[in-house]
Amino acid sequence: MDELLNILKTNARTSIDDIAKMIRTTPADVAARIAAYEKEGTIRGYRTLINEDHLAEDLVTAVIEVRVQPEREGGFDRIARRISGFPEVVNMYLMSGKYDLLLFVAGRNLREVASFVSERLATLDGVLSTGTHFMLKTYKADGVLMDGEKSDERLQVSP
Amino acid sequence: MNGTSRVAERVKALPFSGIRKFFDIVASRKDVISLGVGEPDFDTPWTVREAAVFSLERGATHYTSNRGDPALRQAICRYVARQFGAQYDWEKEVLVTVGVSEAIDVALRTVLNPGDEVLYHEPCFVSYRPSILLAGGVPVCVETRREDQFRLTRAMLEKAVTPKTRVLMLNFPCNPTGAVLGQKDVADIADFCIRHDLLLLTDEIYAELTYDAKHVSFVSIPGMPERTIFLHGMSKAWAMTGFRIGYACAPAEISENMMKLHQYAIMSAPTTGQKAAAEALERGDEAVAAMVAEYNRRRNYLIASFADMGVSCHTPAGAFYAFPYIGDLGLSSEDFAMRLLEQKSVAAVPGDAFGQSGAGFLRCAYATGMDNIREAMKRMAEFVAEIRAEKKN
Repeated sequence: MDELLNILKTNARTSIDDIAKMIRTTPADVAARIAAYEKEGTIRGYRTLINEDHLAEDLVTAVIEVRVQPEREGGFDRIARRISGFPEVVNMYLMSGKYDLLLFVAGRNLREVASFVSERLATLDGVLSTGTHFMLKTYKADGVLMDGEKSDERLQVSP
Repeated sequence: MNGTSRVAERVKALPFSGIRKFFDIVASRKDVISLGVGEPDFDTPWTVREAAVFSLERGATHYTSNRGDPALRQAICRYVARQFGAQYDWEKEVLVTVGVSEAIDVALRTVLNPGDEVLYHEPCFVSYRPSILLAGGVPVCVETRREDQFRLTRAMLEKAVTPKTRVLMLNFPCNPTGAVLGQKDVADIADFCIRHDLLLLTDEIYAELTYDAKHVSFVSIPGMPERTIFLHGMSKAWAMTGFRIGYACAPAEISENMMKLHQYAIMSAPTTGQKAAAEALERGDEAVAAMVAEYNRRRNYLIASFADMGVSCHTPAGAFYAFPYIGDLGLSSEDFAMRLLEQKSVAAVPGDAFGQSGAGFLRCAYATGMDNIREAMKRMAEFVAEIRAEKKN
C-alpha cells in the first residue's frame, strides 16, 4: 500500500505538512495525491475511533446470527440487500457454517434492538431464525486496544 | 583503610559514561520530551511476550546449556543464513549472550593479548573503548566525519593500522551517527582485514533498521566468516531490550573459548529471554517491518525539520538516531544540550558522550512517538532561533 495511505490509515488527522515531511515530498504533492484518492474512491471517508464505553449515553450493540432461505435465482443477495438497508445494521457479512448472515446492530437501548429483531428482522419473508448476542464490553476494535493507559517505562536517557 | 582506595587502579582509571551524567540531570526533571533514549519505544511484539509467558507457565525456569538453548541456536543459524547469507554450525559456532554488551566484552577478552591494538571508529557506542581497555588491549581510534556521512573508509584504516593491530571493531549501522556502509565499503574493509590478517569484531545490532538500502553484512563476504566474530541480538529490531539476549557467531575455536568466559561469569543467558528470542526470530519479521516503516517516517520528519531550522544534518540511513551538527551555533554540545533541556525541556545527548569527535553534534533518537517528535522539533526550532538571535547581539 502507498505509504501515504498507511499514514492516513493510522491517523487520518496527520497534517498535510507533516505527511510531506514523513514521506519526503512537498505539501502540494500530498494534497494532490489525497484529492486523487478521494476522487477515485480509494479513500472512502475519514472517521474517528471512539471508545463507546466511555460515553455517557448507553449505546447497545448486538451481534445477530440469521439463518435465511436462499432463493433459486438470487441466492442470498436479494434478502441480504433487504436486511442491510436498515440503518440499525452497522456491519453485515455472509458466513459459512451454521448460520448464513452475521449482523452487527446498534441501538440506543436493549428494547430498541429487541424490537428491531422481533418486529422487523424476524418477520421478513425468507428469514428462518435469528440468534441475538448483546455485546458487554469492547476490548479491541479495528486493531486498536480500548482499555489501559499506555505508560513509558523506559529510562529517560540510555546509551 | 587510611584513605587508600580498595578499588583496582585499572577500574578507577575508567571514566564514567558521559551518558550516565546526563541521565542523572534529565531524571531530576519533570515533563521532559526525551530524544535521549537509545531503545525502541515500541513494546515487544505480543506474540513474543506471549511466548515468554507460555514458557514460564510450562516451567522453563532453569539454566539452559552454557551456549544457549539448542532451539534458539538453531533459530539463530536459520535467521543469519536467510538474512545475512552466512552458514554457522549451531553446535560449535554460536554463543547466546546477555545482550551484545556481554558478547563484546567476552569476545575482546577471548582474542586479545596484552598490548594488542584494536582499531575502532568514533563517534561510537560508549562501551567500546572501556571494553578494549579492560581486555588489556590498546584502543586505536579512527574518527569518522560528517563529510563522509560518518562512513568508515579503507583509506582511514590504512593510516591507523600498525604491525600490532590485531582486531578491527565495527558498528554499522552506527549508534550514534546512523551511518551505514554500502556494498563497496564493506567489500573494501573486508579486503583490508584479509590483507592485514585482522580479526573483525562486527556489532550489527541495528542490521534490520536501515531505510534506504538493505543492510550489507560482513559475513556475506566470502572469506570473512572465518575471521569474523559476528554480533547481533534482539534488543533493537524486535524491541526486546529488557530480555537481554544477544549472540555471537564465530569460528569454532574462538566460539569455544568465548564460551569458557561466558560459562564462568554468566552460566547461561536468561531462559525466558531465550524462549522469547526464538519466537521472535521465527515469527517476528512482520512486526519488525512495521516498526521499520514507522522509524523511517520519523527519520524523514526529523531530517526535514532540521533542514527547516537551518541545522545541518547528514541523512542517517540506519539505526534510530539523527546526529545533527550544532557546532556552528556558538555553544558546545554539552552547553547546547543543557540549555535545550533547561529552556525547552527537550533532552538529547551531547555528541561528545560518544567520543571526542562527536563534539559539536547532538544525538537525537527517534525511538519516540510522532507527537513527541513534532513537539520536540518545534521547541528545538525556537531554541535555535533564540541562540542565533543571542549570537547576533
